[in-house]
Amino acid sequence: MAVRTFPVEATHILMFARSVGDDNPIYADADYAAKTEAGGIIAPPTFAQASAQFDPDYVLRPKPGKPWFGSGKNPSGVVRGEGGGGGNGGGLHAEQHFEYHRHLKPGDVLTATALPGKTWEKEGRRSGKLIFSENVIEYRDQNGELVITARGVGVRTERPVDQK
Amino acid sequence: MALKASDLKVGDTHTSRLVEDLKRTQLVQYAGASGDYNPLHTDELFTTQVAGYPSVFAHGMLTMGMTGKMLTDYVGDGRLTKYGVRFTSQVWPGDTLDSTATVKSVTDKDGGKLVELDIKTVNQNGVEVLSGYAEARVD
Repeated sequence: MAVRTFPVEATHILMFARSVGDDNPIYADADYAAKTEAGGIIAPPTFAQASAQFDPDYVLRPKPGKPWFGSGKNPSGVVRGEGGGGGNGGGLHAEQHFEYHRHLKPGDVLTATALPGKTWEKEGRRSGKLIFSENVIEYRDQNGELVITARGVGVRTERPVDQK
Repeated sequence: MALKASDLKVGDTHTSRLVEDLKRTQLVQYAGASGDYNPLHTDELFTTQVAGYPSVFAHGMLTMGMTGKMLTDYVGDGRLTKYGVRFTSQVWPGDTLDSTATVKSVTDKDGGKLVELDIKTVNQNGVEVLSGYAEARVD
């Protein structure tokens, strides 16, 4: 993922905090936040993940005029090729790590640069062969300072994860 | 309110309930805010008929985000220096989640003090859905 401009905005922070059930006023009330140690509104710890909103090529967002694999008339808007095996296990998020050099605040304008990560395989007990892939993303602010380092690990499964 | 290093002992715990009876609407809310519109989290028809799961399920990052509230409520706002997790089981609509931070160490670094925490989030059946760690500046 590469994001050239990720403007951090108060409204987005408010919506993001609500979505994770966090009603802490540090994310919503500028007057309250001004009197805290942080000195103003900051973003919740996992907010950098919302950089997906600013990735023009992000694959998990429907785009006008383009096929989308979610349901419409049919259970999926995309016909899958042969050899899908036992259904689409699809990609799942296995791990996520953040290192904070400082906390994000409204007015920051970030860039996100992906560094090459490793891939590896493992035999899973509940979902067949697992293919792991790592991605490291560096978030830098408007001054070029590194603010957050994020490392994610995704896993593709051979079949859906067995629930038994 | 930040923690005081002098008040912390290895093995101290802080627990809070993250969510009771998780609603599908919250998954929609998280999809909209985060920008992750993977139908596995919001589209029951796709998820049951195409992907082969019993229902939609939560974004791992929603569980990490909810667990983050437990953490920041404990260590204080703007105090985290590291936070990382593994998603160990899926989280489903209807789940009730509780999360615990356990003090692993309190150390000095660059003239300040840091607490290292182990983190674990479990569902109503006691099944671990997230395990991880955090590090925060303390007074």
